[in-house]
Amino acid sequence: MTHSIWVYLLVMSVVTLAIRILPLTLIRRQIKSRFLRSFLFYVPYITLAVMTFPDIIHATQTPASGFLALVVGAALAWAGASLFKVSALCCVVVFLAERFLVG
Amino acid sequence: MTSLNKSGLLASHGEVLREGVRDGTPIALGYFVVAFTLGIAARNAGLSPLQGFLASFFNNASAGEYAAFTVIAADSPYMEMALITLVANARYLLMSCVLSQRFAPDASIWHRIFVGFDVTDEIFGISAARPAPLDPYYNYGAMLVALPGWAGGTALGIIAGNALPAAAVSALSVALYGMFLAIIIPPARVNRVVGAFVAIAFAASFAASVLPVVSELSGGTRTIILTVVLAAIAAWKYPREE
Repeated sequence: MTHSIWVYLLVMSVVTLAIRILPLTLIRRQIKSRFLRSFLFYVPYITLAVMTFPDIIHATQTPASGFLALVVGAALAWAGASLFKVSALCCVVVFLAERFLVG
Repeated sequence: MTSLNKSGLLASHGEVLREGVRDGTPIALGYFVVAFTLGIAARNAGLSPLQGFLASFFNNASAGEYAAFTVIAADSPYMEMALITLVANARYLLMSCVLSQRFAPDASIWHRIFVGFDVTDEIFGISAARPAPLDPYYNYGAMLVALPGWAGGTALGIIAGNALPAAAVSALSVALYGMFLAIIIPPARVNRVVGAFVAIAFAASFAASVLPVVSELSGGTRTIILTVVLAAIAAWKYPREE
């Protein structure tokens, strides 16, 4: 080990914090471009959707239990269940499904 | 009553702070489990519990930290650490741009810095789902529970290793995805364009994970490319009326 873990931690933290903080502090005015405003409006939904699927089926012990959680979670959210309820019931679905799926 | 300043702060921000804690609690639980497994990777890279705690407190990024721990384990140059962290965490740059437009233009630089400190997928998700202008105390409430969950989970993972049963890890690992669904599905139901693009994003993300070449890119890089391409198409074809 020729490098110091403390210097590694410093380098990674500085880079991460710069990425997170610079846009928020440098872009202080409302963006006028209709395209850019629309773009930034769509980003949250699209990026969260991209991160949810197919990752959810790889996070669990069996793809089927993750997929079931996706279907049940989406249905609950569609029906208007709260953030906490959707999240907790997804966990319950996986736990129960895997009692049958995983021997 | 004893301190005017304190009671004034709690009177004007207490409720939204509590909302942040409430919505941050499932995030903290999910973080704890993910961070616990991340701690195992940190221990293999030679980090002490304190170093793991600090790495997670200042970075709060699963893929970014995992990539960083492999750099430490390989004893690679510092420059490589900077580059890998930049690539793995680049999506936060985009999220920070989105949040910059949610702040009131006269919001103080300190609120911008502290909110920026913890722009994660999940905290970004819940704060972007709220009506503008963004109230930083909502983010602070969520950070109050999410940060200790993440950093404490990492330290405990380094100490305790594989103590959590596999069934519990598996069940709890979908908590974060359940939260994402609760954020994207209700607007997808109301707004047809959002609904269509959520469906397209699911399909495109799945395709990108199995197709040759693209599937070899890291998950973080795929997320950025798909987000930028799809959001640009949506903004070009369906610009928002103001």
